[in-house]
Amino acid sequence: MRCPLLLSGQCREILNQMAQYSQSRFDASFGALSDPTRRGVLEQLMRADASISDLAERFHMTLTGMSKHIGVLEQAQLVATQKVGRVRTCSLGARRLDDEAAWLENYRRLWAERFDALDTVLEDLKRKEKRDGRKSGQ
Amino acid sequence: MVEKAGNEPMGKRTISERRSEREMVITRTFDAPARLVFKAWTTPELFKQWWVPKSSGATLLSCEQDVRVGGGYRLEFAHPQGGAPMAFFGRYLEVVPDARLVWTNEESPDGAVTTVTFEDRAGKTLLVMRELYPSKEAMDIAIEGMDEAMPETFEQLDEFLLTLAAGTPGR
Repeated sequence: MRCPLLLSGQCREILNQMAQYSQSRFDASFGALSDPTRRGVLEQLMRADASISDLAERFHMTLTGMSKHIGVLEQAQLVATQKVGRVRTCSLGARRLDDEAAWLENYRRLWAERFDALDTVLEDLKRKEKRDGRKSGQ
Repeated sequence: MVEKAGNEPMGKRTISERRSEREMVITRTFDAPARLVFKAWTTPELFKQWWVPKSSGATLLSCEQDVRVGGGYRLEFAHPQGGAPMAFFGRYLEVVPDARLVWTNEESPDGAVTTVTFEDRAGKTLLVMRELYPSKEAMDIAIEGMDEAMPETFEQLDEFLLTLAAGTPGR
């Protein structure tokens, strides 16, 4: 009852979809990649290294805002930075999506989907209780 | 080691965290009293309505839950790719109505023990789920389970996951 689909059924599903979409472009996923700007940054860095100010400009952000995003990506080891003089240059990190990160994200995704469905069930239950005259909650 | 993955739309975040070498923790808040969340978790007719993610393509064939200390549960799934149904089963170690459930996962020899707590917070419920593996090795095996199922390299998996998140392609 933990996350069975993740380790078996969902895995097969992933394989199945992989076959269909393996050519698709690099775009976004797990934890650090849930944010569109960070996905964009990685896409950009796949093409070429860039400084934080380059990236800030490209994504119409402040330096501080971009530095935060880079910090998140750096922590996930998706991006590496190197300071030369006054310029901090970003490049793709050593680790892309390793097995653990992939597992963790799939795990979260599985539960997020379950829990969203549970929300619906709970709304139904609340509605029924209200209809039956019982005050829900407090 | 702590790794986090988060961010859910509409402020209804499901947060997962690898809390230690052998423990995963997931938290989520529901807009309903703990009594109802517990009910949805322990009543098979309700449980069936939310447990199987649509994106998995799997179908829940049967669901038995004997929710009391020492009672068992058993879930059987069918998958569109066919093959024998997969069964997941275990026993309830602790049952505190509207507050706490602890169960074993016995389909694999080194399965985790899962603890779910339901905390009432002004009519909402904070749910915390922990999966504690017997050892670091057991958790690594669970993680590697995914690896083994992959005939291709992880680069391809990277691409696939990234594509999925980019807009969940139609099937």
